[in-house]
Amino acid sequence: MRNLFTRLGLRVVALLYLAVILLGPLAIVFWRTFEDGVAPAWDALTTPETINAFKLTLIITAIAVPVNTVFGIVCAIAIVRRKFPGKALLNVFIDLPLALSPVVVGLALFLLYGREGWFGTWLSDHGIDVLFALPSMVIATIFVSLPFVAREVVPTLREIGDEQEQAARTLGATGWQTFWRITLPSIRWAVIYGVILTTARCLGEYGAVAVVSGRLQGETETATLRVQERYDAFDLAGAYAISIVLALTAILVLVAMTVIRPRGEAA
Amino acid sequence: MSILVRNVSKRFGDFIAVDHVSLEVESGSLTALLGPSGSGKSTLLRIIAGLETADEGQILLSGRDATRLAPQRRNIGFVFQHYAAFKHMTVRENVAFGLKVRKRPKEEIRDRVDELLHLVQLEGFAHRYPAQLSGGQRQRMGLARALAPEPQVLLLDEPFGALDARVRAELREWLRQLHDVVHVTTVFVTHDQAEAMEISDQIAVVNHGRLEQVGAPRDLYDRPASEFVMTFVGDANDVGGRLVRPHDLELLNEPADGSVEAMIVRVTILGRDAKVELHDAGGAELVALLTRDDFDDSGLWRGQTVWIRPKHERAFAA
Amino acid sequence: MVFVGLPMAALLWEASSEGTQSFWDSVSSPEAVAALKLTLITSLAVSGLNAVLGTMTAWVLVRDHFRGKSVVNAIIDLPFALPTIVAGLTLLALYGPTSPVGINVAFTQAAIVLAMMFVTLPFVVRTVQPVLQELDPEVEQAAHSLGASYVTTFRRVVFPNILPGILSGVALAFAKAVGEFGSLVIITGNIPFQTEVSSVYIYGRIESGDSAAAAAVAVVLLGISFLTLLSIGAVRHFATRHDRA
Repeated sequence: MRNLFTRLGLRVVALLYLAVILLGPLAIVFWRTFEDGVAPAWDALTTPETINAFKLTLIITAIAVPVNTVFGIVCAIAIVRRKFPGKALLNVFIDLPLALSPVVVGLALFLLYGREGWFGTWLSDHGIDVLFALPSMVIATIFVSLPFVAREVVPTLREIGDEQEQAARTLGATGWQTFWRITLPSIRWAVIYGVILTTARCLGEYGAVAVVSGRLQGETETATLRVQERYDAFDLAGAYAISIVLALTAILVLVAMTVIRPRGEAA
Repeated sequence: MSILVRNVSKRFGDFIAVDHVSLEVESGSLTALLGPSGSGKSTLLRIIAGLETADEGQILLSGRDATRLAPQRRNIGFVFQHYAAFKHMTVRENVAFGLKVRKRPKEEIRDRVDELLHLVQLEGFAHRYPAQLSGGQRQRMGLARALAPEPQVLLLDEPFGALDARVRAELREWLRQLHDVVHVTTVFVTHDQAEAMEISDQIAVVNHGRLEQVGAPRDLYDRPASEFVMTFVGDANDVGGRLVRPHDLELLNEPADGSVEAMIVRVTILGRDAKVELHDAGGAELVALLTRDDFDDSGLWRGQTVWIRPKHERAFAA
Repeated sequence: MVFVGLPMAALLWEASSEGTQSFWDSVSSPEAVAALKLTLITSLAVSGLNAVLGTMTAWVLVRDHFRGKSVVNAIIDLPFALPTIVAGLTLLALYGPTSPVGINVAFTQAAIVLAMMFVTLPFVVRTVQPVLQELDPEVEQAAHSLGASYVTTFRRVVFPNILPGILSGVALAFAKAVGEFGSLVIITGNIPFQTEVSSVYIYGRIESGDSAAAAAVAVVLLGISFLTLLSIGAVRHFATRHDRA
């Protein structure tokens, strides 16, 4: 009997906690957005500035995700399979973007590429715009979403061990063939899972991009920056509408994660 | 293809895994590397395969220096203790792998794989995944996979170590038959002396990274070069500081020259043999193996005090 | 490594470019100190709440059975997937001036805690959950059969096993809370000395062109992040040593 009470009590507390913190707020936004029907939300979404903002977000994501996927796989293989000096340091560095404030990341890039930054003078001499332009936003996004693929792949690589790779080599496969035919297929679900997380992080990045973009409307404004801009302009409907699209994307990501996680664990 | 290991050493940190080992393996022979776990036998095999690099010494394959050659260029087949099956490939794809990476024509691959699946009796399992096979089947697949590219040397690292006793015995017998058909130079690692004795032409006994003795199974048993070989290959009793095989012990009713007093604690009839277990005066356990005829004639009984004497004995510098 | 290291080097360079005195002045300015204090206090509070509520949630997800559990399990990751700015906006919709339930915490310190709790919710749950899953329920049952009460069983049997998980989850949550920005900008109002946390303060310094001051405080946050990562590494090291023993 006591067991049942404990169990039910804990269940109620846990569910209430999730409802108060997560689901309640999200439900309200859905309700507020469609309070007056779909038309106002649609209108808010189809302004040129908003369409531009979504486009920019997609472009940045389309560049950052492949870069981080390749980087993540290379890093994971280096961490698990190779021995080299400074490996422990790499292990810490790779997690840093997870623990670091995105504003700090933005500032660091701002100082590196800004007009008086280390690279800034050289870049402006050669007429290359990095800060307040797409390149810095891409770099910032890559930075904050850097660890996700590596963090998923590292434990999987450890678990599968290197025997299959050794077997491939004794069978005459080159390093490259071994990677494509043995290693990559074995870690594919971890990679896909990491890619999904990376994508979510790229689509949702705000702080670092806010610092380096300069937030030029219609030019360097991503979807998340656009939410803030609409809110500041007292256009709640607009802010909600964009938020809903981003939230739906997030839910899509959750569904993908739920579908893929058990597969990865079975492999 | 012959294998020549010349003065090879390998350390892992402070641990000396292989200590100045030289070994010759004749082309077409079946050689066992026999030793207790941690003796360095697997490391030696992996150095021959190129999966580890020797700190010093040379590996010659067919007289050609292969010490620095990458494993994929040594033309070897390697069978792993835990199978190292490619989990995301079917049995057919596993076996075909070595041919595919060599970009052989499709028909050739198909025919060769069919032939090998037949050889290892896995024809009906071609489209299964390794997870759907038993341990013995997986290891047969591992063998087929290693043999597919027609390696000149087949290396097996405790190939039957992860299998249960019955499957082990079956595969052991089958490997010997396979070797008689394929004639590929074969080296296999084992810690099981019965396994080594049963199927190999030559046994190299390894202990503490050093080669203790190399020879035909019968030579090792009859003429062990060291105390370690004597005790590791076959059973041995310590009779007053002398090592004696159980079947080399005489049981006498009276004291004689060089005999030791002992009491019979147990007698087991093993079909044609009789195993007599004894305790000597110091309480140490001894085992004597008699033929049934000798035992029946002797009239020995449990609790009887006898004098045991070695028929042959071997002395080793301790 | 260069990609991560170089910007950090630039940050350190900027913070120290005008000497330690100026660095110290920037860090110890009243507004910066107030922001840092607020950040640390709220982050610690959020870490504590996470430790308790996150562990409870993980326990419910592993040991309890009810309809829709898999959906609840999936929802835990929502804060990972949802953009922080959207998180801030949704919290404002329910707990702001237009709240349909009549709770308005907008522009207060409670709002900071709320937003931080939202973005850090998955960390403890996701680090404790796998450990609990590995822990055989029979161990708990054995403790009960030996006469241990539920509290004693948890304290003596379950807790020691999941402690490393809780600690590394809490550390991650703490690091995330200290650096949080996106979800706070809308809901806190960024009032200096009241609801302005360090990341928002840094952002303000950048906007007003005082990047040296921004860099100084940023270095402090960077230090906190590093220490947190190192402590997670230490916890992991200790935990695996415990396993091996």
